[in-house]
Amino acid sequence: MTYGAGIAKGLMVTMRNLFRKPTTVQYPEERLPQHPRFRGEDFVWYEERCTGCASCAKYCPLGIIKIVTSPSGTQTQEGEKYRLEVFDIDIARCMFCGLCVEACPYDALHMGSGFERGRYARNDLTIHIDELKSAPKRPSTWFRPQLEAKGYDPFSGETVPWQGVSRASKNDPTKEEMDSRWVERQ
Amino acid sequence: MTNLQQHPEPPAELEAEPVVVNLGPQHPSTHGVFRLRVIMDGETIQDVEPIFGYLHRGTEKLAEERSYTQVVTLTDRLDYTAAMSNNLAYVLAVEKLAGIEVPERGMYLRVIAAELQRIAAHLIFVGFSLDELGAFHTPLLYGFRERERILDLFEMLCGARITVSYMRPGGVHQDAPVDFWPALDRFLADMPHYLDELQGLIAENEIVVARTKGLAVLLAAKAINCSMSGPVLRASGVAWDLRKQDPYDVYGRMQFDIPVGANGDTYDRLLVRLYEARQSLRIVAQARKEIPGGPVRTQAPFFIRPPVGEAYGHVEAPKGELGFYLVSQGGISPYRCKIRSPSFINLTALKEMLVGYKVADLVVIFGSIDVNMGEVDR
Amino acid sequence: MILAGNSLYRNIYGFFVGLLPDGLSWLGLVITGLILAFVFVNALMIFVAGVVYLERRVLGRFQSRLGPNRVGPFGALQPIADLLKMVFKEDVVPAAADKLVFAAAPIVMVVPALAMMAVIPYGKNTFVTDLNVGILFAIAITSVSSLGIFMAGWGSANRFATLGAMRGVAMLVSYEVPMLLSLVGVLLLGGTLSLVGVVDAQRIPFILLQPLGFLVFLIAATAEMNRAPFDIVEADSEIVAGYHTEYSGVKWGVFQLAEYGAMIVSAAVLVTVFLSGWQNPFVPQGWPQVLPSQLWFLLKVGLVLFLLIWVRATIPRLRIDQIMGFAWKILFPLALLNLVVTAVEVQLVPNPNTWQLWVLVAINLAVAVGAVVGFGAAFGRRRTNPTASVTLVSLQAEVVR
Repeated sequence: MTYGAGIAKGLMVTMRNLFRKPTTVQYPEERLPQHPRFRGEDFVWYEERCTGCASCAKYCPLGIIKIVTSPSGTQTQEGEKYRLEVFDIDIARCMFCGLCVEACPYDALHMGSGFERGRYARNDLTIHIDELKSAPKRPSTWFRPQLEAKGYDPFSGETVPWQGVSRASKNDPTKEEMDSRWVERQ
Repeated sequence: MTNLQQHPEPPAELEAEPVVVNLGPQHPSTHGVFRLRVIMDGETIQDVEPIFGYLHRGTEKLAEERSYTQVVTLTDRLDYTAAMSNNLAYVLAVEKLAGIEVPERGMYLRVIAAELQRIAAHLIFVGFSLDELGAFHTPLLYGFRERERILDLFEMLCGARITVSYMRPGGVHQDAPVDFWPALDRFLADMPHYLDELQGLIAENEIVVARTKGLAVLLAAKAINCSMSGPVLRASGVAWDLRKQDPYDVYGRMQFDIPVGANGDTYDRLLVRLYEARQSLRIVAQARKEIPGGPVRTQAPFFIRPPVGEAYGHVEAPKGELGFYLVSQGGISPYRCKIRSPSFINLTALKEMLVGYKVADLVVIFGSIDVNMGEVDR
Repeated sequence: MILAGNSLYRNIYGFFVGLLPDGLSWLGLVITGLILAFVFVNALMIFVAGVVYLERRVLGRFQSRLGPNRVGPFGALQPIADLLKMVFKEDVVPAAADKLVFAAAPIVMVVPALAMMAVIPYGKNTFVTDLNVGILFAIAITSVSSLGIFMAGWGSANRFATLGAMRGVAMLVSYEVPMLLSLVGVLLLGGTLSLVGVVDAQRIPFILLQPLGFLVFLIAATAEMNRAPFDIVEADSEIVAGYHTEYSGVKWGVFQLAEYGAMIVSAAVLVTVFLSGWQNPFVPQGWPQVLPSQLWFLLKVGLVLFLLIWVRATIPRLRIDQIMGFAWKILFPLALLNLVVTAVEVQLVPNPNTWQLWVLVAINLAVAVGAVVGFGAAFGRRRTNPTASVTLVSLQAEVVR
């Protein structure tokens, strides 16, 4: 081994990189492609699907989902349903583990796809029920194989209506059957 | 900890006294918030007192009031450069405790994820080590550029890049998407060139060799006495790798070699990790070839209630043996969760390795142990 | 004496003397001096801004990044944004600091770089003064910067700063010896101490006649300007920022100015002494020139600066004892060898004609290669492939589940 060979080798490596395309992606103008599974922070919640079972609140490791319900006799969906009065997700403490989404038995709660929900005050970070209701429905396909099977990409801008996120098959009861079942019980 | 008052007497004719310097917690190369109280005679280190706990978050205590599945999310934050390995160690302990079987495909996916994580963690290590040697971020940025590919793969697997929470007791939470496999193939094809380039940049560089050869030699006996594990132990010449000695998941079927250093110096610790990254690539390629179909997860209930008992699950994490010791009293959360974190235990030999060297070597030696403060303070 | 041969000075002086009444011609000298000082000092600052910007861009590309590209076209106004930020930043002085020394250190640091501007020929007849001991002046004035480093380190009352200052003084003093010795060979060949005269003396660039001297000077000058791989004075991963750990705002900016100013000026001295200064390397003097000589000078300085940036992007830092050992065990003997060989050659062939000159070039190249290879072999005798220390061990998995 002669002295200098290693340094010359290193100099050649850096010189090669000088003429390569830089890796930098200039964020606000350019964006990296995100995978549809990306666990983002703007949660997608389907009011129509939610029964108010509060599984998500129970499964959350940090306890940041707050749900207040009252009995309801009118709205009927796939499950027996409560009226939801409060559904707050405290994004400030959320770690986006997705356990709430994994827990939801009715596919009502989904991870979002964005990451730009920065605010100037901590209180503004909480996602309230009104915002959840009105937000565009672009769910992440994380833990939603039915969306993945359809090839859905939240970054295409396409929204999914509440009927479209079900993992229900054709053999499951239709909405009419469910309604009649509900009426019978009443 | 030694008594800091017992420094050697300075020679009588020279009115010199040792200087106490606080390296950290705010110092560019302490890998987080680590503090070293160093007594120096000029540039030479006479005594070292490590002080830590600045990043203590009480993970072990937090685990006692969360269900077994919820604790997976806490383990991401131990060694945040190797979240997959932490997940794996924890779920192995839970599976042993509750007697949960894992489907084949789930095991293969876990091996792929853990080995990719090892490559990513070693790239970070090599980059930061060279940064501490003074290479002005170039190897660091090359390492990060290549690590980005791995993080993209993780994003495909589980939707997150750093805090993955990918594994669950009984497998992984979800099968890989279809576009994961071509991306993995592309990665496997590109990565050897990346590693060649990185090795060409540093491995034979005369200055790197001059700075690290023979520096802070840790003999095998000493390393074993100090309970070192992982690449630090292997650099000292002990071929000890839990993937071979106690193969978990499907490591028993994988063909791979263990890089072992001859001298136990800082250079060997650096190079062992570069070689390990290559072996990890071999494992990923084999697992990708052999992976069977089928389910990826046993349907374990969310609130697992393991029988009364205790279990210890350990993996070969990028930094050493990472173990979770769980005690169950039959409830939904562990009664006790003890984490054997490799970073913390590898710091045992720090003082012996540092005394007598220059302050410029301090950061290099400390970096060569590869600690992560999230794991040291837990 | 001042006016002799200096067209730059003479023209400005002539202009003012024409304006001034008789008997006040001394005022013309003063005004001319002030104007030249103003122009050159500001030119250095603008060049420092440009070099800082270019270094950040080029380093960025070496590291697969872009570098600053937000302020102005291609980020070219980034130095101005940095300057504004530094001006508006709070000037923090540590409570325990020696206030006077702390405040004076940046000024002491910046003086050598500015003073060296005076003796460098930037082009044909473009220089401030043709000092007949220019090389000696340049070497002497550079040493002042070690004083500035020590003042900054001591005055800060910070242990990292003191460590940096100690390292700086030890290193700078050591590297002055090989640096000066490597220049003596040039003095023998050129027969002049004037930097202006040295350029005229180079029929072929002295890098060919003095390859060993060039190598030693390049390395020693890199150390003198605290650049990688000799940047132990401000080793950011070890001692935070070295001697200027406690500095902020404008004072820190002045340190940066001094550092980059010294880098540019040292590169200029290197170009002047070894790369035939402002001369066109391809078209001999006396022939019609396309590019102005000042541009050639700039190009050569830019080349040297690029080399320094390239090295900085690649090579890690040496340790203090290795740096001192390198200066005294390798550079010093090499410089002495170069001096002896040159002295013998000058004694044997005092006025070489063209073919004798090329014979000398061949001899000197052979000596340089032989010396470097010989030293490498002597020090690397027991050197084996470093990567051989790590071997792959095949183990059988103990339990196969």
